Amino acid sequence: MTTSGSAPQAGPNTAEALLTVQGLKTWFHTDDGILKAVDGVDFSVPACSTLGLIGESGCGKSVTARSILGIVPRPGRIEAGTITFQSQEQGSVELTAMDPTGREIRSIRGREITMIFQEPMSSLSPVHSIGNQLSETILLHMSVDRREAMERSHELLDRVGIPDPGQRLQEFPHHLSGGMRQRVMIAMALSCRPSLLIADEPTTALDVTVQAQILELIRELQAEHQMAVLFITHDLGVIAETCDHVAVMYLGRIVEAGPVREIFHNPRHPYTIRLMESIPRLGEERSRLNAIAGTVPIPLDPPAICSFLDRCPDQMEGVCDQAMPALVQLHPHHSVRCFLHSQEVEGP
Amino acid sequence: MTDERAPTPAPLLQIESLHKYFPVQKGLLRRVVGQVRAVDGVDLELASGETLGLVGESGSGKTTLGRCVVRAQQPTSGAIRLDIEGRDPIDLAVASQSELRTYRQHMSMIFQDPFLSLDPRWTVLDIVSEPLRKLQIVKAGEAEDRVRALIEVVGLEAQHLHRYPHAFSGGQRQRIGIARALATNPKLIVADEPVSALDVSIQAQILNTLKDLQQEFSLTYLFIAHDLSVVEHISDRVAVMYCGRVVESGPTRRLFHQPLHPYTEALLSAVPQPDPDRRSDRIILPGEVANPANPPAGCHFHPRCSYARDICRSEDPPYVNWEEDHGAACHFSTEIELQGV
Repeated sequence: MTTSGSAPQAGPNTAEALLTVQGLKTWFHTDDGILKAVDGVDFSVPACSTLGLIGESGCGKSVTARSILGIVPRPGRIEAGTITFQSQEQGSVELTAMDPTGREIRSIRGREITMIFQEPMSSLSPVHSIGNQLSETILLHMSVDRREAMERSHELLDRVGIPDPGQRLQEFPHHLSGGMRQRVMIAMALSCRPSLLIADEPTTALDVTVQAQILELIRELQAEHQMAVLFITHDLGVIAETCDHVAVMYLGRIVEAGPVREIFHNPRHPYTIRLMESIPRLGEERSRLNAIAGTVPIPLDPPAICSFLDRCPDQMEGVCDQAMPALVQLHPHHSVRCFLHSQEVEGP
Repeated sequence: MTDERAPTPAPLLQIESLHKYFPVQKGLLRRVVGQVRAVDGVDLELASGETLGLVGESGSGKTTLGRCVVRAQQPTSGAIRLDIEGRDPIDLAVASQSELRTYRQHMSMIFQDPFLSLDPRWTVLDIVSEPLRKLQIVKAGEAEDRVRALIEVVGLEAQHLHRYPHAFSGGQRQRIGIARALATNPKLIVADEPVSALDVSIQAQILNTLKDLQQEFSLTYLFIAHDLSVVEHISDRVAVMYCGRVVESGPTRRLFHQPLHPYTEALLSAVPQPDPDRRSDRIILPGEVANPANPPAGCHFHPRCSYARDICRSEDPPYVNWEEDHGAACHFSTEIELQGV
């Protein structure tokens, strides 16, 4: 079908995107074979926008985020692809070319690109006070003295809605509730005014009323700091509430991407359609859910055929089991990877 | 979902003013310095064949309540009457271990984390047949046949019998847990967050399986969960817990459409909706869930409640049934107009 040279992008195809990921492949070399956790991912995040990366466990969404920051756990390795970031200080930089432990990436990681995780307790040190940990981050990346760093920490805790920040600075993470710890993580992530925040399931471990508070806080801070957010979650509700664009991942690839309204109202990939149908929705009566049959396979040396094939009710024999479909733009802002919509085959 | 059932005269399970306090101990001598009121006066009924959804946030006492029902925990006071057809009713709250033993086969539990609740050194056959062996319900030779049948009922295959839990995915492990819960042919199943550790596409499979099994074996579920859309989907009736108490309960549809308690309203409003056009005017509760070791005076919810007035700070609202079996513990249930979904 189309023969356009450039790979289609999730998110608007703006030249001045803050972050552009192209052909990213992050593989894990295990004893059982090559686990292709991320196997050809393209997307871009324009400045100040929110892109949601949605998928089930094992789809590669977290590994994608870690690839951006150069913190892929062993035995994982970025095999191919480029991650281009518009740094405020260094201009356009290529993150995959940097030494993951080198000085260059460290001036970006934790400063211009920061990340918050699902379980804040595992990212906070149990033996250092909140104040020490926060001011440490600030001292590491900004030219301020200890007193100024502490003042800035105080301001930040106040801003993320932690009551009595002076007292909290003296306390340790285990004194805080899950919601308060996530607020501390957010304060830490924002301490150096990043232009991109990666939020990996930041509210999954929280109660629903606390989740609502944290989502609202992230939204406010995004507007205030003019930053972009890459929001990683398995929760369709969270995506619908917070994101401008969404990319649906399945088994290491993006299978569908576009503006959030378009994808929710007009999903085209069989996986996206089934995913939307499989969740119970408030106020909707259904005696049965349309479950997706089977389970997500493990991408160990996967064959080059559609990865959703064995769970897909719409599969076409002799087509879907022959090649891997390419991610193709149906119209300017909506890309789908499915032979039902285009015959284009993914290149090697 | 909320099909009209004829009300049965004697409920299968009747919980009356159930309390479960945990002592807070301090110092070298472990002096008791306070009480965590995990469950603080709960009344509930479960009719045979229905699903009661128990909703609440962490610390609301919903799990402790479930554990008291299967007597994994001894209640501090109150009554839990189990009335099995053809047997004498029993008060599980005070029953002795030997009395309990003969009633164990009628109730079982499904747990949240299928990775933690299955012994990794046991095969599927060992795991599912354990309750049969423990309670000596079937003869040694028959256990394997029964397990084989159960495994197929829950959607696994007989070839899986001799494998170990690590060989299975999360959804399959939960199916093993369900097979184990069904082994003794129970009437009542307490399911504690059975789908919250699973991926969305697998969640739907397990919810459908639970519904099918309920029909097939006329099971009664006490379904504990924090996910309101899941609870709405599976429950006939719902009870909302806050800080150890039931603050509202009623038929699912009515409770979700016309909540009577401000906490229920806020919970419903907090759920992120998978619809980008409905982003919106949500109620964001200030603060966090009240601490059951030191609950606020008056109505436990008043510090977070936007409708709170003076009386709420001093007087604990009684639970009142406003219409048929839809009630709430709020001073202003009938005066304030609450938004449902």
